[in-house]
Amino acid sequence: MEPVLKVNIAGLEINNPTMLAAGVLGISHSSLERVFEAGAGAVVTKSIGISPRKGYPNPTVVHLGFGLLNAMGLPNSGIDEYCKEVIIAKEHGVKIVTSIFGSLPEDFQILATKMESSGADAIELNLSCPHVKGVGMQIGHDPEFIHTIVSAVKSVVKIPVITKLTPNVTNIVDIAKAAENAGVDAITAINTVRAMAIDIETGRPLLANKIGGLSGQAIQPIALRCVYEVSKNVEVPVIGVGGILNWRDAVAFLLAGASAIQLGTAIAVRGLNIFHEINEGLKKYMNKKGYENVNEFIGFSHKY
Amino acid sequence: MSTSSSAFHTNINDVRVLPILEVKRETYTVKSIIFEDYLCSHANPGQYAMVWIPGVDEIPLSISLMGENESCRVTVKKVGDATSALHKKTIGESIGVRGPYGNHFDLVKGNVIVVGGGTGIAPIIPLIQRLFQIGSDLTLIVGYKNSNELLFYEEAMSLLRGEGKLLVTTEDGSRGFQGFPTDLLSEEISTDSFDMVYTCGPELMMKKVFEISENNGVELQASLERYIKCSIGVCGQCVLSPLGIRVCVEGPVLKSSILRELDDFGVFSRNSSGKKIHLQ
Repeated sequence: MEPVLKVNIAGLEINNPTMLAAGVLGISHSSLERVFEAGAGAVVTKSIGISPRKGYPNPTVVHLGFGLLNAMGLPNSGIDEYCKEVIIAKEHGVKIVTSIFGSLPEDFQILATKMESSGADAIELNLSCPHVKGVGMQIGHDPEFIHTIVSAVKSVVKIPVITKLTPNVTNIVDIAKAAENAGVDAITAINTVRAMAIDIETGRPLLANKIGGLSGQAIQPIALRCVYEVSKNVEVPVIGVGGILNWRDAVAFLLAGASAIQLGTAIAVRGLNIFHEINEGLKKYMNKKGYENVNEFIGFSHKY
Repeated sequence: MSTSSSAFHTNINDVRVLPILEVKRETYTVKSIIFEDYLCSHANPGQYAMVWIPGVDEIPLSISLMGENESCRVTVKKVGDATSALHKKTIGESIGVRGPYGNHFDLVKGNVIVVGGGTGIAPIIPLIQRLFQIGSDLTLIVGYKNSNELLFYEEAMSLLRGEGKLLVTTEDGSRGFQGFPTDLLSEEISTDSFDMVYTCGPELMMKKVFEISENNGVELQASLERYIKCSIGVCGQCVLSPLGIRVCVEGPVLKSSILRELDDFGVFSRNSSGKKIHLQ
């Protein structure tokens, strides 16, 4: 029998547990459609704010071999322009999670409401961008503020609300609990890890913004630990992200307690077929282990 | 002193900071920068390098010559902050280079026609060099605004060594045929039978080249330009609708079979915020 990969993340039903991570490719509906067709169970958009943002000048991405360092600077076309992309992607049947960022609870409410009315299947709150001042991580550090934002958004939309957490905190469980207490439906862990690279010839930081976020292989054990800790301590589902490059990595995250996983850097390293490859790998693993349903082994490692 | 990279220790994604060996003024508005880099000197025609101007920006530039002894050339028109900063660079100053990135022109041995416009002629130089080497029959049409901007015209002439056909157009008629390279393409394509059309230049010109090629049943390879940020296919900045083609990794050279499907080709681009804008 074909193993069942379907998962339900607090009402977000997806055909398999692979998702496109926020910030990756999601500028245009055509990218979202392409990734969905390549086998992703759902796609997360770029983080969208109230007004258009150019983002930082280049270099915005540095390929380090063991991961990617990026400081894009939250480029986005603004909510009103972006809703058009969401509407078209929905017309093509894409399961779409819209990532939003802002500085005030009212911003988040406006963004979430507009995304919901454009057809978004869920909202992911970007409370963790490590390299833009005044939004993202500075909010993501403060349990009280997280509580405020989550409650504000929950009070205006019906679709599931997911919070994406930063690992750049002393105790990620405290932050996760604050989100849970405010009624969040699911948690995504983790965003990138604050990092930098310096060119030794010129002595200059390679990123135009000097400091950015590290993704990919280098952060995988950190992400895995965060998923394990968070999912052990909260009731809501956890979506794991950070350095997952193949189906074995994906299995480890599910064992650690992730109900789904997100991919970003893997697309640069392995190509768009990675969603399909991971799903095929999961099925083989499940056949070998005798699992009929992927939900049977989510969080299996908690008992150790 | 050589800081040029060894073939076996460098990944294309590593930023190599290299001294500029030569800065050459090509026209009023265009300069070439020459440096040594093993990987870029082994690029295929049509590929590009990401060139870092420390403290300013990092931009994609077509490699306009893969020379001997690891020498490479990029050619750039002064249009904004990054290109102006590059124009100010002098010999011995450093730039960073990564790549080469992207796909490349597929070389066809046969009767081929190449259409270049403005600075789009940069990647065409290594292309015609290779086409000549494999023994293709070449017709090259190069178009410029006026006779002050004849980028690589003489270089193209010397590459063809009198064996191919070289046609030049200017919009003001100050050199060669007065009009656009597409005017001459229409004539050539109706009187000769070509196995492939290659083009690089302003996108509206390339769109016309595409239409002419389609009407005459000849396949086309066009090198497109988009705002490229990451160059490794993850940021989504350069994506074309509706196929979601990433110009940075699946381009910049696109074939007729893809171009036919693209609503964006010749119509839309995206600005740095990701907003769709009309091409001009």
